[in-house]
Amino acid sequence: MGLEPSASCGIGLNTALTPEQRERYQNEDVIRGLLTSCRTIAIVGLSSDPQKASYFVASYLQYAGYRIIPVTPRSGEILGCPSYPTLAAVPEKIDLVDVFRPAGEVSGLVDQAVAVGAKAIWTQLRIVDFAAADKALAAGLKVVMDKCVKMEHGRYHGGLHSAGMNTEILSARRSRLPGEKE
Amino acid sequence: MSERKFGFETRSLHAGHIPDAETGARAVPIYQTTSYVFRDPRDAAQLFELKQYGNIYTRISNPTTAVFEERVASLENATGAVAVASGMAAQFAVFMTLLSPGDEIVASSHLYGGTMVQLAHTLKKLSIQARFVEPGDLSAWEAAITPRTRALYGEIIGNPGGSILDLEPLSRLAKSRGIPLIVDGTFATPYLCRPLDWGATIVVHSATKFIGGHGTSLGGVVAESGNFNYSGFPSIADPSPSYHGLRFFDTFGHYAFLMKLRAETVRDTGACISPANSFQLIQGLETLSVRMEKHTSNALAVARHLSEHPKVARVRYAGLPDHPDHERAKKYLPKGPGAVFAFDLKTRPGEERSTGEKFIKALQLFSHLANVGDARSLVIHPASTTHQQLSDDELKQSGIGPEMIRLSIGLENVEDLLWDLNQALHAASV
Repeated sequence: MGLEPSASCGIGLNTALTPEQRERYQNEDVIRGLLTSCRTIAIVGLSSDPQKASYFVASYLQYAGYRIIPVTPRSGEILGCPSYPTLAAVPEKIDLVDVFRPAGEVSGLVDQAVAVGAKAIWTQLRIVDFAAADKALAAGLKVVMDKCVKMEHGRYHGGLHSAGMNTEILSARRSRLPGEKE
Repeated sequence: MSERKFGFETRSLHAGHIPDAETGARAVPIYQTTSYVFRDPRDAAQLFELKQYGNIYTRISNPTTAVFEERVASLENATGAVAVASGMAAQFAVFMTLLSPGDEIVASSHLYGGTMVQLAHTLKKLSIQARFVEPGDLSAWEAAITPRTRALYGEIIGNPGGSILDLEPLSRLAKSRGIPLIVDGTFATPYLCRPLDWGATIVVHSATKFIGGHGTSLGGVVAESGNFNYSGFPSIADPSPSYHGLRFFDTFGHYAFLMKLRAETVRDTGACISPANSFQLIQGLETLSVRMEKHTSNALAVARHLSEHPKVARVRYAGLPDHPDHERAKKYLPKGPGAVFAFDLKTRPGEERSTGEKFIKALQLFSHLANVGDARSLVIHPASTTHQQLSDDELKQSGIGPEMIRLSIGLENVEDLLWDLNQALHAASV
């Protein structure tokens, strides 16, 4: 399928956000752009329990070629990557901050993300804080809220489709091979 | 690029299939394969742990079937779908995914006979009890719900009496009790009614019928809304012993039910669909809207004709104003309440069955067989066939008498259908 532009059904399933809010906080072009341009993803609240959703997402993203950085108070390694207690403690540049923490913590994480110069902040499903999201947007960050990084990656790379899920993507144009020009 | 909400007809042709990069094949390719080569051992392990999306074995998923599944999901406004071997397999997979021993289900009594038997007898073997209620009686549904009730079940268009399920209050009732409403949408197809839009949680289809539309291939499909909270359903929320304690609802959220149904129930019970059948059913979906228009307009013409025929006692088609559920049909099925309905022959006492037999034998165009939703018109005598497993009491509860004939109206020239019915009614009355 690839990440090239295509129309979508846009029926907006499985989100509490209004169409206007979706345009602002779940913008398809922003999502595709982030999945393409980001290489290093800090996952705040990543669990070391292999059966937790955050671990599923992290292992998926790692296999898809992203560099993942666990951010969690517990020291040690997750999926072979050293973890850090805060975003500020991460000794390298972060492209995307992916949040698996309750909505009440998002505002503080936005401040941290701005401070470390992250390009974008992304909150997982059901983690919604509009004020925090607007603060991030005002600071020049890209924002995605109430979406799963893994599902969105799967939506544009065929994985979600192979599981019988409704990707809401429609196109009569031929898919491109990796690296193939339009 | 801007989002657009594409129409039903567009989605029935395009949803779920983007031409692939390697071949550009415009038609959906048939992936007739049992299994799929892994990229590497880590890929294999990740797939088995459900940490990657992808195919392992066609009993669980298949690229041709995935197109059928996503297309149905799109047409039903569902979050996803799982296709299986038949409609019976689809509803059974739903029950096996949701229910545990000791649970109960409340169901409409206006159901396909095979479904009633599955609910009443097959589920009983698993210590799951079904209670049947008159579908139009909301207080009966309420009264039948106990603390052990885990789901409500009904057919949007009841087989064969044509009653219409009152989706809105039923889904409100289900929601108030924290249980899902499961709707069999077979007779309507998503073109005529989308139960999820009215608040149902799960839709099942025998895709063998109008979805396939040509009587060639069996298949069933389960679609789910993605907005039901399964945290109170141990079968979905509790740690799964066969996936190292994975909690499906915690981990997969709005995909949890369908993931569980696919990766456990269908994996373990094996009622998978053949990729060749999925291909046939996809062809059916592509013309669903035009076929259903013709099916329903032919059905209305036939029902009107029969209702005025002197040899006919009663026509049970909700598209006719004298049907008790006519108003409900206008609300939930504004394009028409499908193309399967029953009528009662006018007979002399004691000759109900023999008159029916004479009528069926005299038909020239209607095929006498046990199916509905073929492109061709079909006829059957429910009491002795599709509903013969039912006891006399159950038959009465379902409103099925020996004088009842069920028709599935096809796409033939409607004047020819009326001619055939006229000549057979004449032959039956001599």
